[in-house]
Amino acid sequence: MTALRIFFVGGITAYRGLINWLSPWIFVPTLVVAPIFQILLFVYIGRSAGVQSDEFFVIGNAVQYAAIPCLFSMTHAIAGERYQQTLAYLLVSPAGRLPLFLGRALPVILNAILVAAFSLLVAGSIMRIDVPVTAWPAIGIVIAISAFSCTGLGLICAAVGLRVRETAVLNNVLFGLLLIFTGANVPIEELPGWMQTISNSVPLTHGIEAAREVAAGAPLSDVSGLLLTELLIGIVYTVVGYQALRFMELQSRKWASIQIA
Amino acid sequence: MTALRLLYTGWLFQFKQMSRSSFDSFLAILWPLFFATVAFFMFQQGGDPDALIYAGLGAAVMGIWTATSVAAGSALQRERWHGTLELLVAAPTHFSLVLLPIGLATSTIGIYCMATTLLWGRVVFGIELQFEDPILFALAVPATLLSIGALGFLIAVAFARFRYAWAIGSMTEYPIWLICGFLVPLTLLPDWVRPISWLLAPTWGMDAIRQSSTGVGSPVDDIAMCLLLGTAYVLIGVLGTNAVLRAARAKASLSLT
Repeated sequence: MTALRIFFVGGITAYRGLINWLSPWIFVPTLVVAPIFQILLFVYIGRSAGVQSDEFFVIGNAVQYAAIPCLFSMTHAIAGERYQQTLAYLLVSPAGRLPLFLGRALPVILNAILVAAFSLLVAGSIMRIDVPVTAWPAIGIVIAISAFSCTGLGLICAAVGLRVRETAVLNNVLFGLLLIFTGANVPIEELPGWMQTISNSVPLTHGIEAAREVAAGAPLSDVSGLLLTELLIGIVYTVVGYQALRFMELQSRKWASIQIA
Repeated sequence: MTALRLLYTGWLFQFKQMSRSSFDSFLAILWPLFFATVAFFMFQQGGDPDALIYAGLGAAVMGIWTATSVAAGSALQRERWHGTLELLVAAPTHFSLVLLPIGLATSTIGIYCMATTLLWGRVVFGIELQFEDPILFALAVPATLLSIGALGFLIAVAFARFRYAWAIGSMTEYPIWLICGFLVPLTLLPDWVRPISWLLAPTWGMDAIRQSSTGVGSPVDDIAMCLLLGTAYVLIGVLGTNAVLRAARAKASLSLT
């Protein structure tokens, strides 16, 4: 019961306390307006270059933008404790680490789903792309799995954030790399071979592909392989992230570096 | 003379300070490269070499705006964090002489972005840019930098009383890239967007850089328009500074927003 309380109540409390992006002054420009303009930017670049369809860019960028809350919020939901001078108290507590760390991931995932779905809905309406109403529940599932998967990467960033100060730079760099490698704007098969190998092992790639197929009318069963791959990638990243957090915690105790990174 | 010295010293100080910040320099250089890379892949896929050159120049200028938008938006907040805002406002020199060098320093960081993107396009994507009129190109680049710096100054003033001005600055990044024609010809955008583009100096700066590079058309008018709009931004910014400071003093909210 305590573990469940730490997971749900602790997770949402920490999220609300640490993520100042929930302020409408940040949330609206960063997570409502910016994704729509990112989508419009690439739709028009696509038109200018004469490649792909509007739908390709709208879906690709809407799902890819889930990376912003997944990376930034997940990192700050843990590493942000240092800025509040509460990290040492947190790490000295007897709370189980699994619910403590993973509980903070749940609100991040929900936020990412909201951001991606809203961007898809609004940008899709602006660009008049035709996504059948019946496809929306399946798209929701695809977005949820993609958000989970990317939050795993966010956990790894959070672990790095226990030792490195410049997490904003790290998050931005990862977001930029995901923009290139996930196939949000450039079909994976158009990338060089070595880049395709990376693409197939990062979060969001398979989710974006699945979202495009579902939006085109494919049933969920047709993209089950893609979704399972995305889910598996998410689990791997989450396990690695959790282990990295434990490792960094031990290191910070060993080197007395909890507050000085 | 004192004003010029203050502008120069402020610019140098801010430029040095930003150069040592990984967020304001390293990331500002790297960030547009991600977008440039995606755009280069897309134009390469399109198979039109002229379009790739068009994108190469546009992507290079994108970085100047990236470097300016977030940093200028958060300029006053940074002074608040440093505890220097009240001292700067209380100083006998006009506060705009403190703010303007910040905008100019941020756009100067953009030179790094521009050079890096041009090099990236050349080395990785084989984009061979020509500089048909190097003298006008050498005039167009600083004119663009100055006008973008002035626009950064205007943003810093406009959002002076918002704690999260960086988010608003950041929000302007994609729209400016889009409607100033960095990667997409303005003719592709809806008609109602064009008058907005004409009010933005980066539109004219981009045109001037493109025309001086390709030799198609005369960039002189664009350079003049770019400088004219930059001057207008500075004048509006100075008047805005007075209004913002008056309101902040009246409400005792200078350090509390």
